[in-house]
This record gives sequence, C-alpha cells and structure tokens, in this order.
Amino acid sequence: MKEQEPVNFTVLDLLSLELKEQNDLKLRCVAGRAGLSREITVPDLNRPGLALAGFYELFAWERLQIFGRGENAYINKIEADGVADQIYEKLFSYKLPCCIFSNNIEPTARFAAAADVAGCPVLITELPSVEFTIRVIRILHDIFAPKIIMHGVLVEVFGIGILLIGDSGVGKSETALSLIERGHRLVADDVVEIRCLNGTLLMGQGTNKVIGHHMEIRGLGIINVTHLFGVGAIRDKKQIQLVIQLEDWDPNKVYDRIGMDEMTMDILGVKVPKLEIPVKPGRNLPIIIETAAMNERLKKMGYHSAREFNQNILRWLESESARTMYFFRDDY
Amino acid sequence: MVELETTIKNRAGIHARPSALIAQTAIKFASRIYLEKAGNRINAKSIMGIITLAASFGTKIKIIAEGPDEQQAAEAIKALFESGFNEELG
Repeated sequence: MKEQEPVNFTVLDLLSLELKEQNDLKLRCVAGRAGLSREITVPDLNRPGLALAGFYELFAWERLQIFGRGENAYINKIEADGVADQIYEKLFSYKLPCCIFSNNIEPTARFAAAADVAGCPVLITELPSVEFTIRVIRILHDIFAPKIIMHGVLVEVFGIGILLIGDSGVGKSETALSLIERGHRLVADDVVEIRCLNGTLLMGQGTNKVIGHHMEIRGLGIINVTHLFGVGAIRDKKQIQLVIQLEDWDPNKVYDRIGMDEMTMDILGVKVPKLEIPVKPGRNLPIIIETAAMNERLKKMGYHSAREFNQNILRWLESESARTMYFFRDDY
Repeated sequence: MVELETTIKNRAGIHARPSALIAQTAIKFASRIYLEKAGNRINAKSIMGIITLAASFGTKIKIIAEGPDEQQAAEAIKALFESGFNEELG
C-alpha cells in the first residue's frame, strides 16, 4: 500500500473528462487556448465579483473562476463605462486556472482578447451556475480524493463490494473466477485503485481501461473476462464494503469461530469490516465468500447472526435456570 | 529493505512477456518485492500489476524488496531489467 503523489490535473484534462448524464459539465473552450495546460490545484471555485469590483484582498485566484449572469452584467457595464481594460489587466495578472461562463453566456470580445493575451483559458458551459457548481465540485472532489493502489481483487457479490487480499499465489484470482462463474461480477483484478470519497466511502476500480477486466490465471495465462463471461460479469467501479484476507491455513493461528468480534481494516482512514479466511484444499471458498456477502447484507439490514444467536442462548439459559429453581428438576 | 533504480532498456517496454518474466523471477523469492513508477507502487509478483505500470522505453523504475532474501531478490530483478529481457534494445 502506498499513497499517491499529488494529482496533476490541467484545464485540458477537465475538458476531456468523459462525463455522462448527471455529471456532464457541457464545457467548451472559446478563448485562451494557450493556457489549457494550466493546472487546477484546488477542487474549489470562486465567483470573482469582488475582484472585478476592485477588491483583491483574499482573492482566491487559484480556484476556478465562475462568471454567472451577475458577473457578466458587470463586465458589460465596465466595458460601457470604458474602464474595462485596466480591470482586465489586474484580473489577468493573477494566474487564474480558467474562467468559466455559465448559462451559455458568450464572453465579450474584449474579455476574450484580454484572456488570450494573458493565456488564461475561457470556457463556456450550457449549465446554469448553480447546477454547474454542484457538478464541478463533485467531480473535482472525486479527482482530488485521496488515492491508494492495493494488490488484490475487487468483486461484487450479491451487491456487496468485496476486496480479496492475500499473498501472491494464495488463490485470489482463482476464487474470483469461481465467483464470476457463479454469476457475480469482477471490478478489478490484481491492481485496485481505491479513492476515498467524502472521507467516508471507498470507491474501487481498475487503474487502466485498456487492461481492465483481464485476469491472470496460473496455467491459463491472461483471459478476457468480458469476452468469456459477457458484460454482465463485469462492473467499472464499486464501493468497497468488505475486505476478505485469504491466507494459507496456519494450524497455530486462532481463527474466528463465532463472528461476534468484528475486525476492521483501515484504508485511507476508513474502517472497513474485514474477515480472515484460511485457505485449505477442500474448502469451498466461493461459497464461503457468498455467505460472507449475504451475512454482511443481513448486518446492514440490522440483523447480526452471531449476536442474535448468542442473545437467544443467554435468554434460554436464563429461562432454564429459572425453571430449575422453581420446579427442582432433580426431584422428578 | 533494499531499493534499486533501473530504466527500461528494451524498445517495446514492459508488455506481457517481460512482465511474466519479472513475475516468475519475483515469485522465487520469499521477500515482498515491489516496482514503483512515478509514485505508483505495485506487487512485482503480479503480472497484471506490472503491466498496469505502463512502463515504456526509458521509464525509470524503482525496485523495492523487503524480507529475508531482499538483496538477492532486488538484484535478480534489476539484472532482468538490465538485460532488456532478451529483446531488441532501444
């Protein structure tokens, strides 16, 4: 496990993100193309109204600058008043990552020209400011989310995202293969990129689309899961809800036999339930993992098998001892 | 822990065959062995992992080994890189 270096994310990267439906930013670039390589360093945005009005204290220039109807109206006013040039000069003296006009507003020719000179990209979005703000913050936070790469296999079993980890050769890929064969889904084999969203949720996916959904099975080589098992057998990303560590059976180690004390694993500051499952010939791992997934679902629904079982025993013991006290069982 | 640096010497970079060679060599050692490119660290015993690095010709790779035979392990992997996997060198 190792944390990644800081993200290098440029305006061009923002434009070339393949986003769909509720994430589509509907952006296009209209001026300042020379600056498309400018980096976006913070996942935040700013309305530059105060800056345009000449107040530059605490100006958050390093953020994306969003120009809505209000800012645009102000731009039209200063251009009509003939004071626009020095305002633009001051504004573009900061190395703004980019200016984004919402509501499909075309920036004035003068503004575009000033941006071209400064090499500051000017983008237009079809979306209204509020909707754009919501989407872009969500997307940037995902991109800037803490990230880690782990060795393991991520599968979805009965809707639960399970990360299988363990030493090389313990049978992670083989186990995943039997799970796929039983109708579950593969998210990523061997190299799983995990991002912590909102500080509470771990999203796992493969690192690379080109080699995604391939598996290496010893003795077979590299197989294409999508082609062999169909698109129903794969999934692009999935939240990690359970970690299962597979390990060679160690006769000296004490494995959990009841399931009352829950182990967790810390990934990027998020605690994920973890199970340690010993591997031995003859143990049917796919079925054990399926059961673990269903048990996890049951827990999420509020029913904890092991605890419930123990409570029943305690209740029964209590009633039994009460009965013996009243009826003096020994006398029968 | 042993850390060695190397660069990709074969023209084609780390495609399936070289990556299998690396994994096969790595698996002979008891140590944990990692390869690192630009901060991305992966397990050198995993073929898919090595391919994911997308290490093309001239890329700098760090070899990290940790365990009882770390020195031999790191050197064996480094030797493999240096040999260019018996492929055309760049």
